[in-house]
Amino acid sequence: MQRLSPKQKRSFLEFGYILPFLIIVLLFSYFPLYGWVYAFHDYKPPFPIGADTFVGFKWFETIVNNPTRLKGVIRVLRNTFAMSGISLLFSWFPMVFAVFLNEIKCKPFRKFTQTVTTLPNFISWVLVYAFAFTLFGTNGAVNSVLKDLGWIEKSIPFLQSSDHIWFKMWLWLTWKNAGWAAIMYLAAISGIDDQMIEAAKVDGATRMQIIWHITIPSLLPTYFVIVMLNLANFLSNGMEQYYVFQNAFNKDYIEVLDLYVYNLSTSGTGMYPLSTAISILKSVVSVALLFMTNTVSKLVRGEGFI
Amino acid sequence: MDKTAMSKQDLQMRKKIKTSVSDRIIDIITYIVYSLFAFVCIYPFYYIIINSISANNLSERGKIIFWPQEIHFTNYENVIKIPGLWDAARTSILRTVIGTVLTVMIAAFLGYMFTRQTMWHRKLWYRMVTVTMYINAGLIPWFLTMKLLGMTNNFWGYIFPMIIQPFYIVLCKTYCESVPPALQDAAEIDGAGTLRVFWSIMLPVIKPILATIAVFAAVNQWNAFQDTLLLMTKKELYTLQYVLFQYINQASSLKALVSNNTSSSAMMASLAHAATATSIRMTVTVVVVFPIMCVYPFFQKFFTKGIMIGAVKG
Repeated sequence: MQRLSPKQKRSFLEFGYILPFLIIVLLFSYFPLYGWVYAFHDYKPPFPIGADTFVGFKWFETIVNNPTRLKGVIRVLRNTFAMSGISLLFSWFPMVFAVFLNEIKCKPFRKFTQTVTTLPNFISWVLVYAFAFTLFGTNGAVNSVLKDLGWIEKSIPFLQSSDHIWFKMWLWLTWKNAGWAAIMYLAAISGIDDQMIEAAKVDGATRMQIIWHITIPSLLPTYFVIVMLNLANFLSNGMEQYYVFQNAFNKDYIEVLDLYVYNLSTSGTGMYPLSTAISILKSVVSVALLFMTNTVSKLVRGEGFI
Repeated sequence: MDKTAMSKQDLQMRKKIKTSVSDRIIDIITYIVYSLFAFVCIYPFYYIIINSISANNLSERGKIIFWPQEIHFTNYENVIKIPGLWDAARTSILRTVIGTVLTVMIAAFLGYMFTRQTMWHRKLWYRMVTVTMYINAGLIPWFLTMKLLGMTNNFWGYIFPMIIQPFYIVLCKTYCESVPPALQDAAEIDGAGTLRVFWSIMLPVIKPILATIAVFAAVNQWNAFQDTLLLMTKKELYTLQYVLFQYINQASSLKALVSNNTSSSAMMASLAHAATATSIRMTVTVVVVFPIMCVYPFFQKFFTKGIMIGAVKG
């Protein structure tokens, strides 16, 4: 047997050190992909799948051919598009937030505002919902104040209704994330060359002119990346926010794709294959979106983000 | 000084006054808007705290708005007596501590190992780990795998799926690459092996990035909710986040608690101190949010640093 040179030995030894972790990655991240086969079977747990349960694309066809299914999918797609669309439409908000935060000259106030607005990012959606429940519930502070002021007679069911639910969800998302998202722009602002601003001031530029012609243009590359990432995640709103806020009143309008997949699978084990089929379709579209936005990013700024 | 020069100066003066007026207006609007935003962000935290220590019959009707009234701490005494809450607190603390330590150590070790040029097929393994950031098999395939691996109703279901975080590994690798190679070379000439170099040389050097990662991992572990929802049905394994959500959403689970509480101390409890569904909800909310609020001011600079590094990469 050929002896390994010390160099080769070390090379394999180092691989040996990381091998246990690679196995964990294989088991927890790659192995679930095998579960995609369930979308092609009549899987009814606990019965195992086999050649006799294979149904081909039946479940994929159900999505299109079964009218109630199709209606459901169209409904959740509408919600997903609406909520992702609103987020995309207002994606400039953290940038503007950062720009004017930077205009505050009183440093303690600026620091305080930044600290306080970043805090909500670090609490879970369950806690956000706990806040929403106590503040906006039928006996919450907001209703109690409005009643005391005599503006309303009966409590407004802020949470138990589907009115403006897409916009409300955006508001909660912004409450949680805007301060945090602004930090990236603040970093970019502090990188702007002071000489450029001084020169503009000498030429008599007003503050708004400096913001419009110097600050905003230097933030656009960062903003562009954020928009691209938003687009890449267009179908993936995550389910946690919508899961905690959902109830019988708003369900038709709050159910996004990720939540639909969850609700479908909890409605009975018989739904496992269908839920998997929808997951597969979502993954395929998401990967396509990712490559698309990455290509656009490469064309525009010369580098991608993958 | 001739006439034209005078008027020019005059014009400049006027322009200056005009800009300073518009500057003032911008200033005032900014201060008002940002004060409002700051208020909106901090008020819910304040509201929930003052309500948890105020008279329960007032807080139940949303009457405590600006400051606490009839301060008492019976709510906290009542909440401590809820049996399930101790289990939940223990689970939450354990998963946060164990999960954070393992996540950080693995990120440090793999981050360092992926800088070892000598490793067999290093690039391939690095790719294999980082690509998982973009892989999502879907809920059911993931759940069935977890079940197969015995992660359902098992404390390690909170730990294993979360300990290998590609993003943290990338951060560590980038940081390790910025360390002067001479440091490693010197140790290797002295006969230190790969593990020894990692433990004695690299680990102390990359501490700053590890601190940042630790803070993020800890917050993620503490806040995690979905894994309990998907994997755990045993009550002993519920986390604080999950128990809080149940208290908010399932009136029935609270009603039993409230009636238990009032029947045992009905004689003593005045209306202001008797436990209500609202009082328990609010007090538990404070218990869950308190660690984050305590940790946050001290670690804010780590948070900020974290997103900067991420931004540079992204």
